[in-house]
Amino acid sequence: MSEEEQEMITKVEAPVYLKYNFTAGSAPTRFLAQIKNGVLAGQRCPKCLAVYIPTRGSCGRCGVPTVEEVELSDKATVQSFTIVSIPIPNNPIEPPFIIANVVPDGANVSFIHLMSECVNEDVHIGQRVQAVWKPEDEWGYSMDNIRYFKPLDEPDVPIELIGKLTVTGEEG
Amino acid sequence: MKEIAILGYQQSDSRSDAGAVNEVEMIMPVLERTFAQVGINNAQDVDFVCSGSCDYLQGAAFAFVAGVDALGAVPPIKESHVEMDAAWALHESMLKIRMGHADSALIYGFGKSSPGELPIVLSQQLDPYYLAPLWVDTISLAAMQARMMLDQGLITERDMAEVVSRSRRNAMNNPHAQLSGDVSVDDVLAQDTYVSPLRKGDCCPVSDGASAVVIATVEKAKEWGVPYALISGISHAIETHNMGMRDITDSVSTRIAAERAGMNAGKVDVAQLYAPFSHQEIILTRALGLGDETSINPSGGVLAGNLMMASGLSNIGEVFNRIVSGEAERGIAHATSGPCLQHNLVTVLETAEKA
Amino acid sequence: MSQPEILNQAFELGYTYTRSTGPVVGRFLTGLKNRKLVGIKASDGRVIVPPMEYDPDTAEELSEFVDVGEQGEIVTFAWVKEPREAHPMNEPFAWAMIKLDGADVPMIHCVAAKSEGHVTSGARVRAVWADETIGFMTDIRCFELV
Ligand SMILES: [Zn+2]
Repeated sequence: MSEEEQEMITKVEAPVYLKYNFTAGSAPTRFLAQIKNGVLAGQRCPKCLAVYIPTRGSCGRCGVPTVEEVELSDKATVQSFTIVSIPIPNNPIEPPFIIANVVPDGANVSFIHLMSECVNEDVHIGQRVQAVWKPEDEWGYSMDNIRYFKPLDEPDVPIELIGKLTVTGEEG
Repeated sequence: MKEIAILGYQQSDSRSDAGAVNEVEMIMPVLERTFAQVGINNAQDVDFVCSGSCDYLQGAAFAFVAGVDALGAVPPIKESHVEMDAAWALHESMLKIRMGHADSALIYGFGKSSPGELPIVLSQQLDPYYLAPLWVDTISLAAMQARMMLDQGLITERDMAEVVSRSRRNAMNNPHAQLSGDVSVDDVLAQDTYVSPLRKGDCCPVSDGASAVVIATVEKAKEWGVPYALISGISHAIETHNMGMRDITDSVSTRIAAERAGMNAGKVDVAQLYAPFSHQEIILTRALGLGDETSINPSGGVLAGNLMMASGLSNIGEVFNRIVSGEAERGIAHATSGPCLQHNLVTVLETAEKA
Repeated sequence: MSQPEILNQAFELGYTYTRSTGPVVGRFLTGLKNRKLVGIKASDGRVIVPPMEYDPDTAEELSEFVDVGEQGEIVTFAWVKEPREAHPMNEPFAWAMIKLDGADVPMIHCVAAKSEGHVTSGARVRAVWADETIGFMTDIRCFELV
């Protein structure tokens, strides 16, 4: 046997690539159609009245469809955040940057987005922020229509009230 | 041992493409109807929930977790999942009840197969060294099985077409069927071959949909006061993954599962057999020794609509429907998994009247 | 509320897995790299190709390798008129269970042929090797009719 022949195969590279045509779902489609118009649309549970954004179509707490649509503010409150020191692959944003859970006024749950135009070390839970949108002609069916959230010069929201403000930013 | 009953079954329409609807939106209406059927509010009213699904079908990671959003799972519930047909989720639920850990259970299965290329997706469940790299699809594997039977004189193409014709006609009485109609044997034989020797008609369609079942102890069923059927036996058996070492013209594992489940202890009025390809219904019928006294696939079976991860559960529900309606006293439901009937589960259901 | 439009997004879900072969599969794939086919003896003496690590009937660990021929006989086949994108061939072809000379258990691979009429169960076929063999199942590009 030649040297080459004696070299045993111990590993294989197995490429598994599958193609799909993903559909967003009815409720996510309604949300995405609204964000294309520059509107953050929540959906309200008919049973517990919680307002979700973005919704997948059901209230996980009650197990019922969230049919009623609620227009939310693009002002929000920081529920939690982290300072990221590593780059995101394929994203031009330079570390360190802030990823935050923000609850828009009128909603009861947070979503994840970027924060900018802020001093990273000063970002804190309860901080008031507002969406900075891309120019209207760049809007698509995407959360990317919002570039990031920036701090607002408003008083902090006490922790127990985060996620409980009305769409006008008042105590719900 | 506690006697277990099935008291509710609902299925969505079987559709070639559920369109915009996502998994939780597909499941919710089915669960809503199931809860209404047994008179409960949501999953909080049962002791255990188990689902069957496979994220690879729609290519969405954790789709099975999104499905939980259909349950009303706050406060937290006891919940489990199998990456198999939900008939196996029912098996797990029965064990849970028999162990005394639950008196009732909700089982649901769902599949949205339309976003992917199902026969190719399923190729990746095969041997990862010898078969998956070749991308051999499930239809081709079944076609090789059919040709082996044709070559050996075990079946004719007309036998296969008869299965298809009966499925289409039976499915005319199934409001959820995807394919139905007054199709004759000659109509089927007039079709050109697809993956030869199979015609399109010999192959189940690709379908989107969901189904759900509620089971409980007989005491619980009486307390709820809804009609029920008894699940007198359930068992499953699997054969080697090496198709070359199996007799693929027979289904030994189905026969073993049926024996263990107690099928032979009485007559079988109705049999819902999970045969994604027409010749496989013949294999299963023969393996189980079913004769003229048994109505085979009165729903049309999966040739009329194949809800991956749910149709095995639906088979149990279809037999339940016929027992509760008085159409049948005793029946079996079969579920399968893997290529060419590799893994098979048999459930025996009986009327509660005689008990 | 009007019926929403359907938003679609085509995407590819994929990963290249590095799989450990173990000694039995590794031996077979090493054989492929060297353009040779090897099987293994089951508990009852049947020769299984490609080799399995354990006997499906007895669960006995298997270890007796046997060289088999690169020619064999079609046991059964399926004719693919319209190959799928993922399939290993672009032209109409057959999937077949092929019992190689010296083997008792057929293996699954593809067979190149001009038309369905040229292929029959019982037909003799021969392995066609890839230009470059790397120790992977596709080192056999396909089988061809003899
Ligand atoms: Zn709710």
